[in-house]
Amino acid sequence: MTNWGLILSIAKTHLLTKVKQTSVAALGVTFGIGAYITLVCFMTGLNTMLDDLILNQTPHIHIYNEIKPSKQQPVSLYDKLENSINSVHSIKPRLTQKKIHNALPIIDYLSSNRHVKAVLPQIKTQIFYIAGSIELGGNLTGIRPIEEANYFNLKDYIVEGSADALEQTDNSILLGAGIAEKMSLKVGDRVQVSPLEGGFFPLKIVGIYQSGIAEIDAIQSFTNINTIQRILGKANNYITDINVKLYDIELARPMAQDIEDQFNLRAIDIKTANAQFETGTTIRNLITYAVSITLLIVAGFGIYNILNMLIYEKMNDIAILKAIGFSGRDVQFIFMSQAIIIGFVGGVLGLLIGYGLTRLIDTIPFETEALPTIETYPINQNPIFFVIGFTFAMLSTFLAGYLPSKKAQKIDPVKIIRGQ
Amino acid sequence: MEPILEARHINKSFKKPVLFHVLKDISFKIHKGEFTSIMGKSGCGKSTLLYILSTMDTDYEGELYLNNQLITGAERNELSQIRNKHIGFVFQFHYLLPEFSVLENVMLPAKKLAEKSPEEITHNAIEKLKVLNIEHLAKKRASQISGGEKQRVAIARALINSPSIIMGDEPTGNLDSHNADNVFTIFRELSDLEHLSLLVVTHDEDFAKKTDRIITMEDGRIIT
Ligand SMILES: Nc1ncnc2c1ncn2[C@@H]1O[C@H](COP(=O)(O)OP(=O)(O)O)[C@@H](O)[C@H]1O
Ligand SMILES: [Mg+2]
Repeated sequence: MTNWGLILSIAKTHLLTKVKQTSVAALGVTFGIGAYITLVCFMTGLNTMLDDLILNQTPHIHIYNEIKPSKQQPVSLYDKLENSINSVHSIKPRLTQKKIHNALPIIDYLSSNRHVKAVLPQIKTQIFYIAGSIELGGNLTGIRPIEEANYFNLKDYIVEGSADALEQTDNSILLGAGIAEKMSLKVGDRVQVSPLEGGFFPLKIVGIYQSGIAEIDAIQSFTNINTIQRILGKANNYITDINVKLYDIELARPMAQDIEDQFNLRAIDIKTANAQFETGTTIRNLITYAVSITLLIVAGFGIYNILNMLIYEKMNDIAILKAIGFSGRDVQFIFMSQAIIIGFVGGVLGLLIGYGLTRLIDTIPFETEALPTIETYPINQNPIFFVIGFTFAMLSTFLAGYLPSKKAQKIDPVKIIRGQ
Repeated sequence: MEPILEARHINKSFKKPVLFHVLKDISFKIHKGEFTSIMGKSGCGKSTLLYILSTMDTDYEGELYLNNQLITGAERNELSQIRNKHIGFVFQFHYLLPEFSVLENVMLPAKKLAEKSPEEITHNAIEKLKVLNIEHLAKKRASQISGGEKQRVAIARALINSPSIIMGDEPTGNLDSHNADNVFTIFRELSDLEHLSLLVVTHDEDFAKKTDRIITMEDGRIIT
């Protein structure tokens, strides 16, 4: 039988007569939560941006034909030597094609899997870029421009021109920004490319590609898959790489394994390929949470202190309340609710301040050569952070209020009344 | 006549700083409508006895009956309820909640009891203030009124739940003679007109003489 109306009205009166102290305590929470929201939104925004920079362009599964020495040498197939020791030195890989055998059926097969979002063929080759007297080595990748733009965010990295133009224009090229700069080329110009096998092919520049990673931009260009097959003089079933995008990134690893076993090809999943990025993300998250939790704990101590002080000042009130029939629990609830009110008000204010600050940061220009698609500081206003922040505010104030209020519950009114 | 309050063989010792037998075999009854005073030298154990009788102190031997019901050994929460409903307490120092208004202070025990509607409680509280001639102070903060006024507010608060008994520990000890007379007159009237039972510790001989019965204590015993 707890009379909450009465308890809350007493708590409210206590808080209102100590506005200064209680606002300081609430501001501690506000500061802690506000800083947490700002930090976590900014840090995860930054994380996502950095991850996207690499991961968006990386297929979930990358399938290709790797040149490697065969694991089984002919000698081991010979039964009669089964129980003897044989050793073959200087094993060299056999010359194999880079081409994926039966690529088109494999693509069809993978496309029919319901976990697969997209399967895109690519042809990777090394070429020379020639403009006037300058000759530069580099990579030219044949792609299906529209689909690459849709599924692998290629459009985010086209700083001039468009994927459509690449699709629609015959003998066109999407030139790496670094190459364009070195060779003083711009959209509309022509560049000659020469494959290692020889020959010259003039291509029209319909766009500039900038990934943000300078080493890539200095060598990498894209063209239509048909164009490159023509340059290399290959049939239209010549495919060197297959990129798979899944609905669920977690399936990448087992599926890559299956593909390797089934087709005798190399299949690398995104996690294996980018293990080091996950580590970076984890550490950045760790720092963010360590700092935020420290701030919130400091705020919690503020509440603990102020409530302790308040209870010390209110000893007489506690004795009177107990003398006129309030139970220890009633008194405990009076002080607990004060802590919770402080936490609630401080927490909500903190969320608002965090929201405002992140909104503000979101509008601050952040322009860098390396990140062509980023215009302002990245912010990730995930609602879950606000839920976590608020939960933590309530939790820490609850804990900070619990100990002092427990003390208030135990105060013996006789001791206080005698003390007068 | 029915006893309101009965103490049977109450004994209490303080263990710190040294073992000290402060109350020795205290037995007595208070009947309904009786106005009793307790006298005795300072340090003889009057306050200690009153804290036990008011159920705030539970560390004693013996038995305590309120309205013929044994309350010794009851749960703390139960004792809180008993204090709330049946016992009104007036201290020497005017124990009011300083941040609340006079009216709110008086209403507090009734709100805790929660047997009546808020309107009824407000109405009753104003009635009590009228009886004690301090209704004009209702809206004032408890910290802003004089000592005599505070003591009357404390009496109004003790009366609000129509308790079985009112206890006072030197309620006039801190008041000038005019205010002390005033408080005594109020007690006398409550006893005569409303048949309220009262048990009041006092040092004031004149005060005690005007009560129905005097209990005298010496060295932790009742001598008369
Ligand atoms: N908490 C305590 N611990 C030890 N001794 C106490 C305590 N409270 C009171 N006393 C002693 O008990 C005796 C009775 O005190 P009290 O009941 O306050 O006397 P009175 O109210 O009659 O003046 C005194 O000698 C006092 O010193
Ligand atoms: Mg005393």
